[in-house]
Amino acid sequence: MNIIYIFWLRQLKKYFRSKARLFGSLAQPAFFLVALGFGFGPIFSKAGGGDYIAFITPGIITQCILFTAVFSGIDLIWDREFGFLKETLAAPVSRLKIVIGRTLGSATIALIQGIIVLFLSLIIGFRPYDLGRLFFSFFIMFIIAFLFTAFGTTIASFLEDLHGFQFIMNFLLMPLFFLSGALFPLDGLPRVFKAIASFDPLTYGVDALRTCLINISHFGLFMDFFILSTLTLIFLCISSYSFSKMQI
Amino acid sequence: MGITDTGDRLAIRAKNLTKKFNGLTAVDNINLEVVKGEIFAFLGPNGAGKSTTIRMLTTLLQPTNGEIRINGFDPIKEQDKVRKSFGIVFQDPSLDDELTAYENMELHGILYNIPKELRLRRIEELLKMVELWERRNDFIKTFSGGMKRRLEIARGLLHHPSIFFLDEPTLGLDPQTRNQIWNYIFDLNQKEGITVFFTTHYIEEAERIAERIAIIDHGRIIARGTPEDLIIKTNASSLENAFLILTGHTIREEIANNIDQMRMRRRMMQR
Repeated sequence: MNIIYIFWLRQLKKYFRSKARLFGSLAQPAFFLVALGFGFGPIFSKAGGGDYIAFITPGIITQCILFTAVFSGIDLIWDREFGFLKETLAAPVSRLKIVIGRTLGSATIALIQGIIVLFLSLIIGFRPYDLGRLFFSFFIMFIIAFLFTAFGTTIASFLEDLHGFQFIMNFLLMPLFFLSGALFPLDGLPRVFKAIASFDPLTYGVDALRTCLINISHFGLFMDFFILSTLTLIFLCISSYSFSKMQI
Repeated sequence: MGITDTGDRLAIRAKNLTKKFNGLTAVDNINLEVVKGEIFAFLGPNGAGKSTTIRMLTTLLQPTNGEIRINGFDPIKEQDKVRKSFGIVFQDPSLDDELTAYENMELHGILYNIPKELRLRRIEELLKMVELWERRNDFIKTFSGGMKRRLEIARGLLHHPSIFFLDEPTLGLDPQTRNQIWNYIFDLNQKEGITVFFTTHYIEEAERIAERIAIIDHGRIIARGTPEDLIIKTNASSLENAFLILTGHTIREEIANNIDQMRMRRRMMQR
């Protein structure tokens, strides 16, 4: 338990000490929320879609969590580059505990980021429909964060250096984000598009969060929850395995 | 004597140890015996296979061939027992730059499951020993190379290891800091009886500090013994001269030959 805690704590300490990281990673979601929310809002409501800011808030929160979580994989590459990984790998502790501690730490950070975005949306006029569900949404956010942190760790354990991460960003994260229905409703999309979206894990994250925050659901909360938690378990196993195979 | 004979006398034993990287042999069939409580130097030029050997001895790399015993434990089958019994200072820094000196020590103490009271006492004692107690709450990124190395020594000793591995511990440090570091290590060996295994390509360090030396070149151990033995054996005037006679080149040939360069490039690609 101590091992998991100390790695969790390490991630958090580093996060709160780096103000640039803290604010830098919030700039993009804030920008999306304001520009898209106010920009497309009038068109969306004219077309009968309702309040667009309310509609994209869960999407932008998910996006922020996705990016923070996946990019936490950079920490791992960094630790290898600067040698700290050697210190942990030479210690008599199980790799699984190290991975779980790190993953929990980074997922907590992503969750905090998501909650900050939620607060930003409250400032520009978003109102969640139910307070009890609002608290449940934190739980959903955490699962999304955990899933994609494990995903980021898996990628990082295969990458040689930081250059690869830019590639991942362009060819993986952007499609995941745009196909997830974060910015538009999935109903009424062409069938091919819909089919692709249903293979995007983020789709279920957005849908679950939307259900909690504004009570609009595509797949239903149970289905979302089932898929998210299954994928989280799978990726936790994969990331632990690939981490344990890392040589330095 | 077979390798199954764990021998209370030996801290480190390696038999026919070999490591190949994509067909290139970095460590070639070496045998090592380091007695408990001694200071043993692994002397050789860059790219000779020193770090690769240390990585195998410390469970970080799987040997292609051969057997190892660290305090009688097998690094492949009994990883955690081996890991508990040694401390290590790596060739490259391995501290967390964004944490303070104290936090780095604390993290290590928790990793090695040292009870809190003992941990706090030991951290204070060691930080004072390496003269970093006053700087304990400073971030590592503000530390000089020598300070980092001293902290790594303190950290490596935190869990009371019986064997201390140091991979080029004085590389890139000024003479004064180098002396200081050897003084700590020498003291530890004398007072606590800790076995010290270090690699270096400074001949004078090996000669001054180590009781016994193994000279490694191109992955092979080509000579071993006390510094005096090596000099007498080769009929040389100094250890530096003995090295030249044994290897056919001086250790200062830092411009490695083609094979060494290829080997190093391979190793970098491996990472």
